[in-house]
Amino acid sequence: MRGFFAYVKRNPAFGAGIGILIFLLLFTSVGRLFVNPQHAYPLSVPANLPPNPQYPFGTDRQGRDLLAVMVVGTGMTLQIGAIAGAIGLSVGIVLGFVAGYYGGTMIDTIITSFIDIYMSIPGFLILVLVASTFRNVKLGVTEMGLIVAIVSWAGPARSIRAQVLSMRERPFVMMAKLNGMGNFEIVMKELVPNLLPFLVMSLSQSVYGGIMSSLGLEALGIGSRREPTMGMTLYYVQYYSAFMVGMWWWIIEPVIVIVLVLTSLVLTSFGLDEIANPRARRKA
Amino acid sequence: MRLSYVIRRVFFVFMVIWTAATINFVLPRLTGRDPIKEQLMQQIASAGRKPEDAEQMWRKYNDLFGLDKPLWQQYLSYMSSVARLDFGYSINSYPRTVMEIIIARGRLTLPFLSVAIFIAFVTGILLGALLGWNKTPKWISAIVVPPLMVFSSVPQFLVALVLIYFVAFRAKLFPLGDPYPKTMIEDWSNPAFLAKYAYHAVLPILSVVIVEASGWALGMRAMMVTVEGEDYATFAEAKGLKNSRIFFRYLMRNALLPSLTGLALRLGFIITGAAVTETFFNYSGIGSTLSTAISTFDYFLLYGICLIMVVSIALATFIMDMIYPLLDPRIAYRGQRG
Repeated sequence: MRGFFAYVKRNPAFGAGIGILIFLLLFTSVGRLFVNPQHAYPLSVPANLPPNPQYPFGTDRQGRDLLAVMVVGTGMTLQIGAIAGAIGLSVGIVLGFVAGYYGGTMIDTIITSFIDIYMSIPGFLILVLVASTFRNVKLGVTEMGLIVAIVSWAGPARSIRAQVLSMRERPFVMMAKLNGMGNFEIVMKELVPNLLPFLVMSLSQSVYGGIMSSLGLEALGIGSRREPTMGMTLYYVQYYSAFMVGMWWWIIEPVIVIVLVLTSLVLTSFGLDEIANPRARRKA
Repeated sequence: MRLSYVIRRVFFVFMVIWTAATINFVLPRLTGRDPIKEQLMQQIASAGRKPEDAEQMWRKYNDLFGLDKPLWQQYLSYMSSVARLDFGYSINSYPRTVMEIIIARGRLTLPFLSVAIFIAFVTGILLGALLGWNKTPKWISAIVVPPLMVFSSVPQFLVALVLIYFVAFRAKLFPLGDPYPKTMIEDWSNPAFLAKYAYHAVLPILSVVIVEASGWALGMRAMMVTVEGEDYATFAEAKGLKNSRIFFRYLMRNALLPSLTGLALRLGFIITGAAVTETFFNYSGIGSTLSTAISTFDYFLLYGICLIMVVSIALATFIMDMIYPLLDPRIAYRGQRG
């Protein structure tokens, strides 16, 4: 633990990112003990109230208690990102390792060209098409995470491939090969442990990407209309023109939560990058 | 620049567009039902639609997708329509074709978005270069970098929302909504119209610029630090060259190139991001048309806009790829990729 604090002192971005993330997780988990999660849904409390002693965060046009919305919604938005990030990274690891390990062969060419083409189509448009074509499927938090995962594998796959490609030629991999290790064994015993910090960074990046995509989709009204996720909250802010009637609390609160969520993830990946690439350390 | 490189890039652009069009074709068929037909039938059944119109739309739809034919023939006829940029009629504003709507609305988005991307890029790299320069006092970086990190990591529409509330609603400095006053006629040769258009575009431009310029500033700052470590930078310093010459000709010139690659890669994000931003401003360009198409389930319009966006982004990236070797003489593109 003392080692951790000493490290954070050297790598403040990492410390700040993890710190905010822990705060948000506490806010959404411990917060549930203090609010009634049911009040995050429409018609549960009086509408349009500015912050007051009973509802410290105010209430919205549909009669949601915004404190409950923030507590429940922060968790939901993080959950969407976590689902998309985990799936995206897993697929990315499989494709990235296969392409990288067989670098230069036919398999690599097929996988990389597919990734390149896929990444040239803006992911957001693919998501818009998928989500609006399957509009009859009831979109909950899990479904939203699954949909967003459709585009969150390509980035990790490409960067993991590049890492594996450069690591494949290192002496310790040659040594393992000479010792008669199988391909799968080399990947699991030599490559994965060495790439671990990099993989954790990719995870944090794809969670960030997943949340960004989900926010964009929900801001356009694609998502569960009922669930109080952050993106949906912004959609209703826009839908009911909260800015025209001066309901500042309804605008500022989700904006602050989203800024905290996104900044914490960016800072965390930034800090992890320093762990993954020690050579970049202290250059700036 | 080798011809083979150009041919490979053209082929790549073609593959991207073809893949996007195929996604458009396959998606509705994966649902097991036909969402377009359902929507069309609903439209036909709803009041206020003349039966002849419905029939013509239906025929056009059949034509476009050839529903009675085998799947591969449907695919071919769909592809040939797409190649002619024929996306059929809009389901909800019937007599107008999808292409008509895209042109009418895209015309309002394109000028402001290009200006916004240009301003964002130029301010971003200048700011980043200054921040990364070793002659700039350290405390300036310490103050400016944290807000840049926040701005660069949030979506454009979040900035838009804050601008709408504080600048448009509270301070009433700039208007919301339409790209030009409703009382005016869209006439691009009329200076008064252009002035109004520019005035109405200030806030959307600002949302794009704040987010994108921050990202480029951070990237450029990091590149400057790398370039400053190069031997030629030390040599320029040792020669006693003027600071301004070292800054612009030695450092910025070399740090600029990765930022240009970054611009090409990010174009898709900026354009789709701006689509959501437009919706928040109620700015009736192509972005809010996309959002209307989504909420009214106007599938032809939706697929048409998405495909046109893919095509324009692919073409813009292609053009940047072609310009790149002119800017960086070190790159000769000798048949190697990546």
